[in-house]
Amino acid sequence: MERRGQIKQFVLQNFLFSDNEAAIGDEDPLIRGGVVDSIGIHELIVFLERNFQISVSPEEMTPAIFDSIRSVDEFVTRKLAI
Amino acid sequence: MCGIAGFSGPGVMPDLARPVLERMIHTLAHRGPDGYGFHAEPGVGLAHARLSIIDLATGDQPIHNERQTVWTVFNGEIFNYVELREALEAAGHRFYTRSDTEVIVHLYDRYGDRFVDHLNGQFAIALWDRERQRLVLARDRTGIRPLFHARSAGRIWFASEVKALHAVLPETATLSPLGLVQALTYWSIPDPDTVYERVRSLPPGCLLSVERDGRENLTRFWDWTFPRAEETSPARVYRDVDQAAADLRELLVDAVRLQLRADVPVGAYLSGGLDSSGIVALIRGFTDTPVRTFSVAFEDDEFDESVHQAAMVRHLGTDHTTLRCGRRDIGEAFPRLLRHVETPILRTAPAPLMLLAESVHRHGYKVVLTGEGADEVFGGYDLFKEAKVRRFWARQPHSKVRPLLLGRLYGYLNNSPVSKSGFAQSFFGQGMEHLGRPIFAHVPRWSMSMRAMAMLSPELRACVGPWDPLSAYEQTLPADIMDWSPLARDQYVEAKSLLAGYLLSAQGDRVSMAHSVEGRYPYLDHRLIEFASRLPPSFKVRGMTEKYLLRRALAGLLPADILRRTKQPYRAPDSQSFFFDGKPLDYVADLMSADRIRSAGYFDPTAVGHLFEKCRHGGATSFADNQAFVGVLSTMLVHHECAKWCSVVRDQPAGPDRYAYR
Repeated sequence: MERRGQIKQFVLQNFLFSDNEAAIGDEDPLIRGGVVDSIGIHELIVFLERNFQISVSPEEMTPAIFDSIRSVDEFVTRKLAI
Repeated sequence: MCGIAGFSGPGVMPDLARPVLERMIHTLAHRGPDGYGFHAEPGVGLAHARLSIIDLATGDQPIHNERQTVWTVFNGEIFNYVELREALEAAGHRFYTRSDTEVIVHLYDRYGDRFVDHLNGQFAIALWDRERQRLVLARDRTGIRPLFHARSAGRIWFASEVKALHAVLPETATLSPLGLVQALTYWSIPDPDTVYERVRSLPPGCLLSVERDGRENLTRFWDWTFPRAEETSPARVYRDVDQAAADLRELLVDAVRLQLRADVPVGAYLSGGLDSSGIVALIRGFTDTPVRTFSVAFEDDEFDESVHQAAMVRHLGTDHTTLRCGRRDIGEAFPRLLRHVETPILRTAPAPLMLLAESVHRHGYKVVLTGEGADEVFGGYDLFKEAKVRRFWARQPHSKVRPLLLGRLYGYLNNSPVSKSGFAQSFFGQGMEHLGRPIFAHVPRWSMSMRAMAMLSPELRACVGPWDPLSAYEQTLPADIMDWSPLARDQYVEAKSLLAGYLLSAQGDRVSMAHSVEGRYPYLDHRLIEFASRLPPSFKVRGMTEKYLLRRALAGLLPADILRRTKQPYRAPDSQSFFFDGKPLDYVADLMSADRIRSAGYFDPTAVGHLFEKCRHGGATSFADNQAFVGVLSTMLVHHECAKWCSVVRDQPAGPDRYAYR
């Protein structure tokens, strides 16, 4: 599965408990939309680190990065390009 | 302390009523193992299961007045019965027992329905007035003792627990969709609704009369009430905080002294926190009563407070028993817990307290004093502080510093990158648009528990229809609540939702009475509540120090570290209690299976499946996920009990109506 699809699956199954692809869009707000709470951010980071072999530093954890599925995907792309 | 049950209506015949009363009261045997009592006459049947605490020799119920025209069954304690009896005897009343129950019928003779105003206690009362052919049901001010009722075939049926109604009215064993979403959101269901379609709960501080013609009158004789905000400035109430602390201590001593009244030995719970330590210290410091203490310790450090408990035991020199509780104990006790609790719950925390009551019972104790209520009365919850910071922040919404105060509240955020950068604003900024509403403080809690809403089936959602939890709750609040101080509003909502609906019931009466143990709550003496309600908010939450005045009042009685300790919420392991090495307990696997979920109909099997897997892998670390899991599992257990009642009653040789009616 392509990376964005994997992130979306994780968000769907872990935060929305759904198989329905239409339940969230790539641009939908994760934090303001109440999809991900403060603990959820940690769950998401652990998922990204495990699945994509990246390491997220405290300075990189900003609301902007976790704004949507698209912004998370773009962040991983940047990390992998380094 | 006991269980009560009965019914009233035209055409009730005494000889036919007896077997129905027996069937009802036998379901409450755990509440009163020391014997049953019955009274039936045309129009009414009353039943009582007794746990003897006061007047062991002659205190059997039902109890009647001198002319035998007023009869009562009662669950609870009237702590000031000694003073009431003296006054009544001086006025010419003659008593035939030494029990606290007998003051009820005499007070009713003298004051009619206002008899409740004279009672200092925790009670659920059913009273029959033969001359006026009326039934009176009354419940204590804060909701310590339960009382449920239902209407069927022109009669009113009542009982301490819903199972006594299920035993004779199988149609009451049906869950209400609205009740379910309320339980999953608010942690409890606002009275008079319950999770059962046709069962109502008598609200705390209320009296319900059912007249000869069947007409019902509900009157509220007491409520938590607070002065207008401008009347609570320190200058208008107490200039001197030391004087306030001294007055509070005097009231506390008197409340404890009254609540120690019993003809059996009295124990106390010791959590290691300020509130329960304070109660035990007051007993040691101001009475001659020997006190035996009990506490729960957890295998898991995250929940364990035994270091603090041990410090208190050393300080007070009490004879102490610790019950060690593990995850598996909780998981295995959970089905039994739900049979007692009878309503969906979002946390497993009541389970260890049920096991603790079992230990108390085994040690030969029937009564325990607890520290419950202090957080509501004196402002102890993090929720109050969180709301205070969010209101403070709202006055300068662009401040980057103000929301960081919230980091001080939540320890786990301190070690987390989430507490830095802009995250605090992102998370705690949610719900700020509700600033001007009385439920402002509760929006974060209720939004979090709504994670469980994702579990609901489309059918159940359709049944409930559009439902806004915030406005729906506001409908239940006093009209003048916005004139009170913000803290007072938060205290009121907390006293009604979490305290009465959950802490005193699922985590209070139901778990202690599961093992015939009576909990007593000195902090909920109504004189203390009324005193505290008049205090300036700054005497409760001062800066970021909670229960400020209570700390002052207990100073000198407790070690400094207990006195200074920040409140640690009582919690137990939640979803981890049901999975071991990635395998669910057998009953959990069964009840959470897609087939069972689908046939029960409340939840969506796919959503529950994902949540189940997340919990099974140990990936559910947030409160929201854990609450959703415990909410679904507990609902399935309640559903399972309902199905059992329906089949038991169906299999009886004759339905209850054939016993009860002509």
